[in-house]
Amino acid sequence: MNKVKATVTQALGVRAIAAVTPHAIAMQRVEFSVGGMTCPHCSLAVEKALKAIDGVIEAHVNLANKRATVDYDPTRAEAPNFAKAIRTAGYSPGAATMRISIKRMHCASCVTRIELALQMTSGVLSARASVGTNAVDIEYDPSATSFEAIRAAIESAGHKIAEPKPADFKTAVEEGIAPEQAAQDAEYRTLMRKFWFAAAISIPVMALSYPDLIPGLREWMPMGSDTRRVVWALLGLLSLPVLLWSGSQFFAGMWDALKHRSANMHTLIAIGVTAAFVYSIAAVAYPGLFPDPALAEVFWDVTDVVIALVVLGLALEIKAKGRTSAAIKKLIGLQARTARVVRDGKEIDVLFEEVVVGDIAVVRPGEKIPVDGEVLDGASAVDESMITGESIPVEKHAGLEVIGGTLNKIGSFKFKATKVGKDTALASIIRMVKDAQGSKAPIQRFVDVVSGYFVPAVMLLAVLSFVVWYLVGPEPRFVYATIVLVTTLIIACPCALGLATPTSLTVGIGKGAENGILIRSGDALQTAQKLDSIVLDKTGTITRGEPALTDVLAVSGQSEDEVLRLTASLERASEHPLGEAIVKGAEQRGLTLGVAENFAAIPGHGVSGRVDDRDVLLGNAKLMHDRGVSFAVLATDLERLANEGKTPMLVAVNGAAAGLVAVADTVKPDSVEAIKALRRLGLEVVMLTGDNKRTADAIARQVGIERVLAEVLPDDKAHEVQKLQLEGKTVGMVGDGINDAPALAQADVGFAIGTGTDVAIEASDVTLIKGSLMGVITAIEISRATMRNVRQNLVGAFGYNILGIPVAMGVLYPFFGILLSPLIAAAAMAMSSVTVVTNANRLRFFQSRRITS
Amino acid sequence: MTPDRWIVLVVGLLLVVFIVWFFWLKRAKGARAAMTSGGGYQEVMILVKGGYTPDTIIVNHDKPVRLNFRREETASCSDKVVFADFQKSADLPTGELVAVELMPKEPGEYVFSCPMGMFRGRLIVE
Repeated sequence: MNKVKATVTQALGVRAIAAVTPHAIAMQRVEFSVGGMTCPHCSLAVEKALKAIDGVIEAHVNLANKRATVDYDPTRAEAPNFAKAIRTAGYSPGAATMRISIKRMHCASCVTRIELALQMTSGVLSARASVGTNAVDIEYDPSATSFEAIRAAIESAGHKIAEPKPADFKTAVEEGIAPEQAAQDAEYRTLMRKFWFAAAISIPVMALSYPDLIPGLREWMPMGSDTRRVVWALLGLLSLPVLLWSGSQFFAGMWDALKHRSANMHTLIAIGVTAAFVYSIAAVAYPGLFPDPALAEVFWDVTDVVIALVVLGLALEIKAKGRTSAAIKKLIGLQARTARVVRDGKEIDVLFEEVVVGDIAVVRPGEKIPVDGEVLDGASAVDESMITGESIPVEKHAGLEVIGGTLNKIGSFKFKATKVGKDTALASIIRMVKDAQGSKAPIQRFVDVVSGYFVPAVMLLAVLSFVVWYLVGPEPRFVYATIVLVTTLIIACPCALGLATPTSLTVGIGKGAENGILIRSGDALQTAQKLDSIVLDKTGTITRGEPALTDVLAVSGQSEDEVLRLTASLERASEHPLGEAIVKGAEQRGLTLGVAENFAAIPGHGVSGRVDDRDVLLGNAKLMHDRGVSFAVLATDLERLANEGKTPMLVAVNGAAAGLVAVADTVKPDSVEAIKALRRLGLEVVMLTGDNKRTADAIARQVGIERVLAEVLPDDKAHEVQKLQLEGKTVGMVGDGINDAPALAQADVGFAIGTGTDVAIEASDVTLIKGSLMGVITAIEISRATMRNVRQNLVGAFGYNILGIPVAMGVLYPFFGILLSPLIAAAAMAMSSVTVVTNANRLRFFQSRRITS
Repeated sequence: MTPDRWIVLVVGLLLVVFIVWFFWLKRAKGARAAMTSGGGYQEVMILVKGGYTPDTIIVNHDKPVRLNFRREETASCSDKVVFADFQKSADLPTGELVAVELMPKEPGEYVFSCPMGMFRGRLIVE
C-alpha cells in the first residue's frame, strides 16, 4: 500500500522560502511528506538520513502529520537528494506523480535538458523524460509546486507542453481497458488458428491411420503393402506442420523451462507428441526393425489430435481466465480519461494523468468526476454506486468531497482536486484489489509444494511405466509401452492444480469489490469463512456515531414544540455536540429559532440564558437542585430515558420545570437486521464499547446482542479481542479503522468501516466502503462461497490427476484390460483445466442471500 | 531376460537418475542486485520467458529493492508475478518493463512465482 500522502495547501505556488540567517549562508527550506513511518523511531531514522547529507543544516520530521522540514544550503545540496536519502532509509518521500506530454522531444539531449530543468525546480523530487512516450514523468510535492512552475521549467529548457489533440483523447478513451486485453485477444486468436489448422489435418490423418477399420481403405492399402507405406509417409509430411506450427508453443515452452531446470505442462506435451512422432517415423522408414508388421503402426493421429485438443484447451482457458478478472476491468473502466480544468482562466480538456493537486476542475451533468476533490461551488447529485455500492445518488454541495470515477447526475459544479493520479480512491481500490487478487491463500502453499515436484514426478512415472510394460507387458510390448508413456505424459495436468486457487480467488475478491467490500488478501478471505465470533464496536459501527434528538417531553401547560424551540434557541449559542443535535432536531421539525441572550455555560451541568424574554435553564438534575427548580413530575421519565441509554436534559423556563429533551446516539437503520443475519450465519455477536454499562445495555437490547463488553478503555480493546481468542475462537472485529486500529490488527480478521475517499485503511483485512454492517455479512458469505469453490477446484484437480495418471499408466489393465487411448487423455487434459476455470467463473453469479431472500 | 529388456531397464533407470538430478538436485547460483545511483535502490533486470532469468536474486536487507521485469512471451501463465510474502503482485504485459519495488526487512529466502506456480524465483535477503 502506498502511504505517500499528497498534501494539499491552500496557497499554490513555490513554497521554498529563502531566508536570511545569521550564519550568512543562503538557506532554503523545503517541506514534504514522508510515507511508511509506522513506528515511533521511524522519524528519527529519517532525520538521521537527511542530516547525513552534505549541505543539510537542519532536518525535522513530524511523526504526527508525517511531514519533513529540511533547511539546507542550496549551493551544496539539492532537493532530489533528500528523496533519495529517505528512500535509502526505507521510507517513501511524499510525492504525487504526473505525466506531461512534451512537444517535439526527439533527441537524447532534450531529455537531459528537460530533466535537469525540472530537477532544479523546487518541489520537484524527480523527473524522468522519455523519447519513446514523448512525455516526462514527474514526482513532485504537491504542496511545494504548481503546474505553472513546472510549465515554466519546461519552457526554460526550450520545450513546450503539447496541447492535447482530440485524437489523443480518442486513443486514450479507446485504450481505456488496457493493452493487456488486446494481448490476450491476440493470443486467443493465434491459438484458435493453430487449433483449426491441427483439427483440419487431424480428420484425414485419423481416417487413413486406421485403414483396417474402414472397409474401402482396407482393400486399397492392405497391411504391409507399399501403398500403405507411401500413404503413411505422406500423412507424416502432412502432420509435420501441425507439430512445428500448431505445437510450437509446447517446444518453446519446454526449452525455456529446461533452461531454468524446471518443467511444466509444455514439457509433458512436447515429450509426449515427440515420442509418438518419432515412433511413427521409425515405423514408416524402417519397418524391418519391427519383428511383426503389425507393430509398424503409425501414431500421426496422436500427434495431431493431442496438439489440436490441448491448444483448444489453452484457448478456452484464456477466454475463461479473462472473465475471472471482469470485476477489476470494470473498476479500471470507471476511470474518466479526461478532465476539464481551469488553467490561465480558460477551461481546457486535459488527460486525467495531467491533473495536478489544486487544479480546479469543472464537471457538467452526465460527466464522470475525474479525480478526488472537494466541491467549491455548485451543487449536484452524484451516483457513487460504482464505488460504494450505495444505490441512491448522494447530494453534493460546497465543502463536500467527491470521489473520482463517480458519475455526476444533474447539476454542474467546480471542485478542487485533492488527490490525483495513483492517490485517488479509485486508484487505491484498484491497486488493493489487484494486490489481493495476486496474493495467495494459505491453502495455496500446499499446492505450491506439490506443483514444485509434480511435472518431474510425472516424467519419472512415465519412464518407469514404459520400463515395466516393456519388461513384463503383453506383446507387442514396444507398442504398448510407447502408448502408456505417451498417455501418462499427456493426461497429467499441472495447470488444473495451478489454476484451482488463484482463479477462484480472483473472482471472489472481484465480487467483493463489486459489492463495496475490499478484501485485502487471500489470507483474510480464507480466515473470514471460519469466524466463530464477531466483535462489533458500538459507536460508529452499530450506531451512527453522532448524537441525535430522540425525545421531547413537556409538562402540562407547555407544548413540546415550544420546549424544544426554546432549548434549541439557547443551544444554538453553544458548541457542544449534544447542543448541535438538539438544534438539528428542532430544524428538522421546522421550528424557527430565536436568539439567546446572556448565554452562559455551566461546565458539567448545563447552560442558561434568555430567549424571547424568558429565562431558560437546561441541564442535569443537579443543576435543577442547585437553582431550586422542582422537577418531581419529570423524575420518572428522566429515570426511564436514562435507562434506555439516552442522555436526558431537564428544561426550566422562568424558574419552573417545563419539560425535558433527550439525546442519544441512534442505531443505524440496518444494524438490527445485520446482527440477526450474523446470528443466522452461526456467529456469536459481541458488542464492545467504552461507554458506560447502562448505555451499552440499552443499545444491545435494541439490536438484540447478548454479550456486551462495556467500559473498555480504548487501549484495552485489543486485549478484549485477545481474551476472546484465548477462548479458542476465531474472532472478527468490526470498527472504524482509526481508533480501533490495534483491535482490528489483533483480530483474526479486521473489518474497517470506511467512508468516502479514505479507503486505504492500513490496519484492516477487509474494508467496507459503504458504511453499513451488512457489508460484514456479504464479506463472510463471499468468503464462504469462494473457499467452497476453491475446495471443489482442488478436489477436482487432485482427484483428476490421482485417478487419471494411474489409469494412463495401465494399472487397470491386468484386472480389467482397460488402457486409455492417448486421444482420450488429451481430451481429458484439455477439459480439466477448462473445467476448473469455468467452475471459478460460477462465483461471478454469487449473490448475497439477503438480496435474494 | 532378453538383452533388449536389459537395455530398456538400464536406459530407463539412467533416465530416472537424470531427471531427479536435473530438476531437483542441481541449484543455480544467484545474481546479486546492483546498487543504483538514482534513488538508492538495489536494482536488477529479470527476463520472463519460460522462467525468470535470473531466478535467484541476492539483495541486502533494509534497503529498497527494485526488480525490473520484462516479459517476452505470451503464455498466459506468466502474465503476473506474485510476491506472496510481501503481499505484492504486478501485471506483466508482454514487452513492457514493469518495476516491482520491495522493502525486505528481515533476512531470509522469499519465493516469487507466477500465480499458478509454474515459474519460480527466489529472493535471498542477506
